Amino acid sequence: MKKIAILLIMAFAAVGCSNSDEPQTEVLGCMDIDSLNYNPAANTDDGSCTYEKTATIVFTQNWAGNPLTQADFNSTVFENQAGNYMYISKLRYLISRIVLKKADGTTIDFAEYNLIDLSKPNTLTLSPSQPIITGDYTGISFIYGFNEIDNRSGAYPDLNDADWNWPSMLGGGYHFMQMDGTFDDNMGAPQPFNFHNGTARVSDGVFEQNFIAFNFNVAFTVTDDTTIEIKMDVAEWFKNPLTWDLNDRSTDLMMNYIAQKDMQRNGGSVFSIGAITQ
Amino acid sequence: MTLGTCFLALLVACSSNEPDPEDIQEQYIPTPKPLTVPPILGQLLPPPLVPLDNPQTVEGIELGRKLFFDPILSGDGTQACASCHKPSNAFTDTNRFSVGIDGIAGIRNSMPIFNMAWNRDNKFFWDGRAMSIEAQALDPVTNPVEMHNTWENAVGSLQNHSQYPELFNKAFGTTTITKELTAKAIAQFERTLIAANSPFDKYLLGEGTLTQQELNGFQIFMDESRGDCFHCHGNENSPLWTDNIFHNNGLDAIITDKGLGNVTGDPNDDGLFKSPSLRNLAYTAPYMHDGRFATLDEVINHYSEGLVYSRTIDPLMKAVSRGGVQLSEAEKADLKAFLLTLSDPSFINNPDFQDPN
Repeated sequence: MKKIAILLIMAFAAVGCSNSDEPQTEVLGCMDIDSLNYNPAANTDDGSCTYEKTATIVFTQNWAGNPLTQADFNSTVFENQAGNYMYISKLRYLISRIVLKKADGTTIDFAEYNLIDLSKPNTLTLSPSQPIITGDYTGISFIYGFNEIDNRSGAYPDLNDADWNWPSMLGGGYHFMQMDGTFDDNMGAPQPFNFHNGTARVSDGVFEQNFIAFNFNVAFTVTDDTTIEIKMDVAEWFKNPLTWDLNDRSTDLMMNYIAQKDMQRNGGSVFSIGAITQ
Repeated sequence: MTLGTCFLALLVACSSNEPDPEDIQEQYIPTPKPLTVPPILGQLLPPPLVPLDNPQTVEGIELGRKLFFDPILSGDGTQACASCHKPSNAFTDTNRFSVGIDGIAGIRNSMPIFNMAWNRDNKFFWDGRAMSIEAQALDPVTNPVEMHNTWENAVGSLQNHSQYPELFNKAFGTTTITKELTAKAIAQFERTLIAANSPFDKYLLGEGTLTQQELNGFQIFMDESRGDCFHCHGNENSPLWTDNIFHNNGLDAIITDKGLGNVTGDPNDDGLFKSPSLRNLAYTAPYMHDGRFATLDEVINHYSEGLVYSRTIDPLMKAVSRGGVQLSEAEKADLKAFLLTLSDPSFINNPDFQDPN
């Protein structure tokens, strides 16, 4: 097929040569030699040129729309859906397999995972090594946590170094999230909470995956280096669809199968795509 | 091929015919000696951190080792780094508070020294006030309750010494001694202090076995509803056995030593101290930043039933309202047995780590 096309082009070119006084046959294509799809045979630029650009993923957090940063740790009181007054002192979570979907059906699959730690500002931005291609896009997908293929115990030195591992007795692999803090209990006394999420343990030696795959339909056009915001609404963890009362469940949640699956359920409305800027 | 070799020979001949002393001085390169990374750390962790401006060299490490054990750095020539950081105690000492040259005790327990090149956040001391090993090494020399010297005086003593100028020349290509080069040499030696050959490491590598009690203890360590030690102290895939992060672990109702809070000025950091590694506990008593616990049993009892609430207590001390995680006596014994499998006699007896003087 390719050979036929080349022959045809050559035939056109030959015809063009021998009939110099006749108008040249128009060949549509990208005429920019610096583009990814330069067509040396083209004599009419059809606007199809594509280029490599860089992507930057920015992770932001909010509580029902109000920005939530490290500055709020231990100092801003949040009221969750159940009416618990709570302080957050630590928030770390894992995002993997970020994929951009192009209108032509191809995808850009970033290889990097990112452990976001609000106490480390440099972790709030991910600069994937793979470039993106200019053009129209239709969607963004990513995984909260690791899927079963990626969630291998001890496989990632940087995550081991961050003490991010999930106990093997609970299925191993890695934490997906650690949110720690305190809340005022029914008596008004401060109590700790450890809202930690990862693989769910059904029973001894029986485990259930617990990641969340997000798929957002977002139409955008890449013309330049692009920044994409992934937003986490922390309030949603305690809200939708299940109202999470910390008086009932606050600590020792890692081995609690129902708590782990309830976190996964509530996680479905936690993430969204924010600003896409170039 | 032959022509090329000839040409190369000519070039070498040329350059050796015209020696330029200054060039040689500048080009002097001590013998590189990259850190030897033990399998358990190499398999599971990122490579060790060695600053570009202080690469490990044979001559630098040798000089650092000599300095570490030499009392020449102290105000009256009586104390070396090793006085409070003894190889036999995994580079801490047995005192609650170490005593300086003037007979005055400090306020914190001397920290053990090992696996420093894996402290990725580069915050040293119990309160994280030093931002590199090199910066840490500068502090005790001038600390009035430790070696109580001035760097001017210490450098003068080294400069007037019969051997040190030449040793600095070999390590750094200059006989002009500075406090920065002194700290660099000590840091090079300290980076070689790598501990990763304990019975538990051998168990993980399939080279040794553990008793049932030790294995039970590891399960308690990893169980969120029992020991829950792993959130701050590593696990079988995070083999430093510390997160190198700062926590208030519920020691006191009223914070008298602010720890990290003194460094950051943030009241939310008051009473926070760096998690120490659980390696080599057999040699590092007493425990905690103030050495308040003489034995491992006291440490385990603290987490089991001795936790005390204060405003900055870490939420991971979740059982504080009932004093702790309430381990049974059998569980405590198992946990202790496991903890001791992280101690490594080959580390404290390593001939490369002993006094060369």
